[in-house]
Amino acid sequence: MSEGENIMSAVTTSFPGTAAEWRLPSRGKVAMAGLIIAESAIFTIFVVAYLFYLGKSITGPTPQEVLETPIFYTVCLLSSSLTIHLAAKFLARGIGFAFLGFWLLTIALGGLFLYGTALEWHRLIYEHGLTISTNLFGTTYYSLVGLHAFHVTAGLVMLVIVAVFGLTGRVGIKQSGRIEVLSMYWHFVDAVWIVVFTVVYILGR
Amino acid sequence: MSSNAITIPGTQIQTRPWVDELHQWVTTVDHKRLGILYMLSALMFLVIGGVEALIIRIQLMHSHNDFVSPEVFNRMFTMHGTTMIFFVAMPVLFGFANYLVPLMIGARDMAFPRLNGFSFWLSFLGGLLLYFSFLGGSGLYGAGNAPDVGWWAYAPLGSRAFSPGHSSDYWTLALLVSGFGSIGTAINIIATVLCMRCPGMKLSRMPLLAWLNLVMAGMVLIAITPLSAAQIMLLIDRYLGGHFFDTQAGGSAVLWMHFFWIFGHPEVYILIIPAFAFMSEIIPVFSRKPIFGYPVMVAATVCIAFVSMSVWAHHMFSIGMNSYANSFFAITTMAVGIPTGIKIFNWIGTMWGGRIQFKVAMLFCIGFLFQFLIAGLTGIMQAAVPFAWQLTLSYFVVAHFHYVIVGGILFALFGAFYYWYPKMTGRMLSESLGKWHFWLFLIGFHMTFDVMHIPGLLGMPRRIYTYEPGRGWDTLNLIVTIGSFIQAIAILVFVANLIISYFKGAEAGNDPWDAWTLEWSISSPPPAYNFATVPTVASRRPLWDLKHPEDPDSRYE
Repeated sequence: MSEGENIMSAVTTSFPGTAAEWRLPSRGKVAMAGLIIAESAIFTIFVVAYLFYLGKSITGPTPQEVLETPIFYTVCLLSSSLTIHLAAKFLARGIGFAFLGFWLLTIALGGLFLYGTALEWHRLIYEHGLTISTNLFGTTYYSLVGLHAFHVTAGLVMLVIVAVFGLTGRVGIKQSGRIEVLSMYWHFVDAVWIVVFTVVYILGR
Repeated sequence: MSSNAITIPGTQIQTRPWVDELHQWVTTVDHKRLGILYMLSALMFLVIGGVEALIIRIQLMHSHNDFVSPEVFNRMFTMHGTTMIFFVAMPVLFGFANYLVPLMIGARDMAFPRLNGFSFWLSFLGGLLLYFSFLGGSGLYGAGNAPDVGWWAYAPLGSRAFSPGHSSDYWTLALLVSGFGSIGTAINIIATVLCMRCPGMKLSRMPLLAWLNLVMAGMVLIAITPLSAAQIMLLIDRYLGGHFFDTQAGGSAVLWMHFFWIFGHPEVYILIIPAFAFMSEIIPVFSRKPIFGYPVMVAATVCIAFVSMSVWAHHMFSIGMNSYANSFFAITTMAVGIPTGIKIFNWIGTMWGGRIQFKVAMLFCIGFLFQFLIAGLTGIMQAAVPFAWQLTLSYFVVAHFHYVIVGGILFALFGAFYYWYPKMTGRMLSESLGKWHFWLFLIGFHMTFDVMHIPGLLGMPRRIYTYEPGRGWDTLNLIVTIGSFIQAIAILVFVANLIISYFKGAEAGNDPWDAWTLEWSISSPPPAYNFATVPTVASRRPLWDLKHPEDPDSRYE
C-alpha cells in the first residue's frame, strides 16, 4: 500500500468475509434503555427503604389507617400505556390524525393520574395530618410516591412539547423513531407504578 | 508498509485570539476536547487533593503534633477522600473513555455530543460546588465550613443535629450533581459502543478498552444511582424534616451504610476496570504480542462486574450482622479474586515470550501488576471476617485501599498518559523525565503505603488526629510522611514533563509505538473529524492487518 492512500484514510481495505450489511441498534433506544436501568436502580433504593421501614414508625398515622387504594387513577395511568403505544403505531404508519388523537388522550390520562395523586395527598395532609415529617411512613410514602409523580410530571412535559409540535403539524413519520423512544420512557413510568402500587397499597397494608 | 509521520494538509493550528480559543473550549462538544477537559480538571483536583493528603501526613508526622487544628484535620481527610474519588479518579477515567472509545471503534464522535458536554460541566461544577463550601459552608450558624464528616458521611453525622450549617449540603449536592453527570456519560459510552462502531467492528473484534469501558458504564448505571438516591434521602432529611436516617424517629443509621456501600464497593471496580483497560492495550503493544485470552478477558470483566455488586457489606462486618450475612459477603468478596486473578495471569501470559520494550508506559504497567496483586491479597485477608473485625478502621485498611487506588489505578493511569499523550498532543513525553517520575513515584509509593500497613497492625486507627508517643508508631509515621513527599515530587516531575514535552517534545507522528488499534491510523493530534473516510476492520488488530497484508490477523479469527 502506498503512502498516498494512507493519507486519506488508514484502513479502507475491505477483507473478504466482511459482512456487506452493517446494522447497529438505534442509539436513542439504547440510551433510553440505559436511562431506564439507572432510574430502576434509584426506584429500587426507595422501594427498599419503604419496605424496610414498614411498621417502624414510632407515631401514627399508619398506612392501614389512612391509605385508600386508587383503583380508578391506576387504571387511567396503565391504559395511557396502551394509548401511547397506539399513537406511536399510527405515526409509524403515517396516520397523523389518529396519532394526535391518541397522544392527547395519553396526556389527559396522565394528567388525570396526577390529579388523583394531588387529591390523595390533599386528603392525607388536611384530614389525617400526615406530612413528610410526621413519621417514617410519611417520609417514605411521600418520597416514593412523589418520586414517581415527579417522573410522571417530567413525562407529561415531554408529551406536551410533542403535542404542541404535533398540533402545529411538525410531527410526521420522520419523527417516528423519537416518538418510540419517548414512549419507552412512558411505559417505564407505568411499569414503576405497578411496583409502587403493589408495594404501597397491597403489601404495605 | 511504513508507519512514518504523515502530515495532513489543512490541520495546522491557526493562531486565534485567546478569547476565541477559550470560547471554543468552553462550548465544545467534540469528544476529544471534552476528554482533555476532563483530564485537566482531574489534574487540577489531583493537585488540590494531594495538598490535602500532605497536610494530613504532616499532622501525623510525629506524636502530639498540632500542625493543624482537629477541625481542619477532619475537613482535610473528608475533602481528600471525596475529591480523589469523585473529582479526580472518575473524571480522568471518563476523560480517557471519551477520548479513546470513539477513536478505537472508528466513530466520528460519541453518540450524544451535547449530552457529553453537559455531563462534563455537571461533574466539573459539582467539584467547584464542593470547594465553594470553604467560602459558603458556614451559613447562618457560623459552624463548620468544608464538609468534615468523612467521605461516607455516616448517619447520624450527616444530619442537621450533628452537621449544622451548610457544609454537608455542599457535600450532598456536589455528589448528586456530579453523579448525574456520571450517569449521562455512562449512557453516552454505552450508546457509543453499541451503536457507533465502524463496519466490521463486531463486539468480538472491539479493542478491550472499548469492551471494558462498556462494562464500566453499565456498572455506573447500577452503582452510582443508589448513591444519588441516598443523597436525595439525605436532602429530604436535612431540608424537609424527613426521618430516613433519623434514629430518634425509628430511622436506621445502618440503612445509610448499606446504601452508601452498595454504591461504594462497585465504585472501586468502576475505577479499576478502566485501569484494566489501559493495561490490556499497553502491555500487548510493548510485549509485541496480541493480548493473551481475549474472550476470557471479556468474560472475566463481566464476571467481576456481576460479583462486585454483591460484596458491599464487607465494609460493614463490624456493625454486627448475623453470621449468614457475614459468610455470604466474605465468600463473594473472596470470589472476586478469581476473575481478577485470571486477568493478571492473562497479562503475564501476554508478556511471556514477548520482546518486551521497557518504555515508561510499560514500566508503570509492570508496577501495576505487582502492586495490584499485593492490594488484592490484603483485600482477601480482610474478607476473612475475624481478621476484618480486628483491623477495621485501622491504618491497615487505609494502606490496603491506597494500594488499590494509587498502586493500581494511578499507576495504570500514568501508563496511559505516557502511552496516549503523543496521540493527544502530537508530542512524545520525555522518556528520561518519565524514568525519574517512575522511579521516584515507585520509591515514594512503597515508602508510604508498604510501611503504612504496620501501624495499622499495631492498632493505629484511621482518621485519628494525633497519637501518644511510645506506641511504636512515630518512626513509621515519619517514614510514611517522607514517602508521601517523594510521591509529591514525582507528581511535580510528571506535571513538568507534561508541560515541557508539550512545547519541546519530539514529534510523535501517527504511530510512535507501532501499535494496532485504529486511533494510531490517524494524525496526532487527530483532526476534528477523526477519520477522513469510515474505516472498515476485519480483525482485532486492524493496523497489523494494514502493515502486514501478507499475514493479516483476519486469517486466524
